[in-house]
Amino acid sequence: MSTNEWPLWEVFIRSKQGLNHKHVGSLRAPDATLALENARDVYTRRSEGISIWVVESAQIHATDIDEAASFFEPSDTKIYRHPTFYEVPDGVKHM
Amino acid sequence: MQESALFEYVLRLSDDSLILAQRLGEWCGHGPILEEDIALTNISLDLIGQAISLYDLAAALEGKGRDHDQLAYLRYENEYKNVLLVEQPNGDFAMTLLRQFFFDAFRLPLYEALMQSPVEQLAAIAAKSVKETRYHLKHSSEWVIRMGDGTEESHQRAQAAIDHLWRYTNELFYEDAHDHALQAAGKVPAMAEIQAKWMATVTSILSEATLEIPKNNWKFDGGREGRHSEHMGYLLSDLQYMQRAYPNMEW
Amino acid sequence: MTQAEQERRFQEKIDREIKIEPNDWMPDEYRQTLVRQISQHAHSEIVGMLPEGNWITRAPNLRRKAVLLAKVQDEAGHGLYLYSAVETLGTSREQTIDDLHTGKAKYSSIFNYPALTWADIGTIGWLVDGAAIMNQVALCRTSYGPYARAMVKICKEESFHQRQGYESLIKLCSGTPQQKAMAQDAMNRFWWPALMMFGPSDAESTHSDQSIKWKIKRFTNDELRQSFVDATVAQAEILGLTIPDPNLKWNEARGHYDFSEINWDEFWQVVKGNGPCNKERLAARIKAKEDGAWVRDAATAFAKKRAMKKSA
Ligand SMILES: [Fe+2]
Ligand SMILES: [Fe+2]
Ligand SMILES: [Fe+2]
Repeated sequence: MSTNEWPLWEVFIRSKQGLNHKHVGSLRAPDATLALENARDVYTRRSEGISIWVVESAQIHATDIDEAASFFEPSDTKIYRHPTFYEVPDGVKHM
Repeated sequence: MQESALFEYVLRLSDDSLILAQRLGEWCGHGPILEEDIALTNISLDLIGQAISLYDLAAALEGKGRDHDQLAYLRYENEYKNVLLVEQPNGDFAMTLLRQFFFDAFRLPLYEALMQSPVEQLAAIAAKSVKETRYHLKHSSEWVIRMGDGTEESHQRAQAAIDHLWRYTNELFYEDAHDHALQAAGKVPAMAEIQAKWMATVTSILSEATLEIPKNNWKFDGGREGRHSEHMGYLLSDLQYMQRAYPNMEW
Repeated sequence: MTQAEQERRFQEKIDREIKIEPNDWMPDEYRQTLVRQISQHAHSEIVGMLPEGNWITRAPNLRRKAVLLAKVQDEAGHGLYLYSAVETLGTSREQTIDDLHTGKAKYSSIFNYPALTWADIGTIGWLVDGAAIMNQVALCRTSYGPYARAMVKICKEESFHQRQGYESLIKLCSGTPQQKAMAQDAMNRFWWPALMMFGPSDAESTHSDQSIKWKIKRFTNDELRQSFVDATVAQAEILGLTIPDPNLKWNEARGHYDFSEINWDEFWQVVKGNGPCNKERLAARIKAKEDGAWVRDAATAFAKKRAMKKSA
């Protein structure tokens, strides 16, 4: 009777104050409450976190791999956005 | 008198933790889904940690040079003072989680009260354990609610577990002369106070779960005095197997 | 882009050590190989909980009991990470597990041997987790991103598994003669099955070449087996245990230990289901799934009810 598998959730953990939540993996849970509890038990058994986010995997929108070129390559050519593009005389400090 | 009363009191807490941890350990590898397998094991691990601290304290109070393993492993059945509830077999997931829920709902207010105890070591153990127990109660409550208000089958299983386990719940609030002596000295809370809080939690969670408190009020006890159910001997045979088969060895 | 062009680009990425990610183009056979290998690995973690799990209630003291529980619990986590990695390839955990239960998918044959004494627990940690780690460390650099990341996490957690086993054997080997004999007996039973964990010899292994080319595997079965033997001999000496192989001998010319041929008949028999515990292991997993069905259904039904209440 049981073909209704629990939905998949993506787990994000803040490892310490001052850092972003980072994707650590996924798990199955019937709802958000248990997803958080399961995430605690599965992904923070060794004090890996102080805060957890869970998001149902189906709710995540991602860029299309086939459009990766048009999405990301244009920024590759804008090297003037990086400080190393600019030359500064040797004597100049704190810049 | 008070030293031995306190020893007895701490021993009861230790034995409750150990025996329930032992039962939960049986689930490891057999849970209904991996995530829950891991969750039950975590609870078991917390309880073993609590048992170690509590047995250490009991051993110090006793002052006979026994350590936590000797207390945990090398007593006769009638020297274990845990409540009958925790030694009951796992049964199905509903039986296990209801047993856990009834226990957690008792342990949380007890630890909260013991944090105020003038017995410093006991207050310290309570302060550490209260956080673990608060989580245990949250987790077991979540499951009681989901089983009660889930499918027809889960509702029936949860209700059957309650109907079976209810008879063991009154013993959680057992008191005898040891308790009265410690209460009079202001070292431990009165059980009536804990029972009121327990009842409030149980009433609210069971009602949210659409489950009922049984009308049958028949009560079982004996564990606190060392009179156990038939299940206890088998549980101890497993627990003590190595220590009994290979006496006086280190592992 | 033609199929051939895509395949060429794919191989180029692999050669340049660029990881393959879930939505990237990949050859069907690469995907199938990964699903087979990762799920086999996941099943091994989960079935592997059973022989050790048997001893949780009988662990000889509270420290060992906690360590064993934590260790077996880690294996559940490892299974979970790996099932998640399989899901990124488009095969659900339920499907993967069903394949195990119908006998279509395999798991490491070591877990079809019984854990008979407490010394087996230490020996499993030392030899079985040791052999697994040898494999897993190599897989941290595997070409499929989610698999590699799962492996990194697993390797971090595994490091205590082998140590706790070895530490427990040190106790036995420096204990009474009875304890030492118990340890030697466990060694005698687990040595050969541990060597079999690396799989058939390279000559026999059907998938090896392509897997190396795709960098799914980074070393062959025989290479890893040899590294394991080389690393383990000295550890056994410190324990004072004898490795049950009269032909085990340092070969100066090769710079490796020589050892006897594995009993491949036994290996294939166990793989085919005729090991001492194959039936019990599978039955236990199937029972857990079936007994748990109503629990999973209950939580699903509850979630639906609450969602409906919310939107009402
Ligand atoms: Fe493993
Ligand atoms: Fe593992
Ligand atoms: Fe392991």
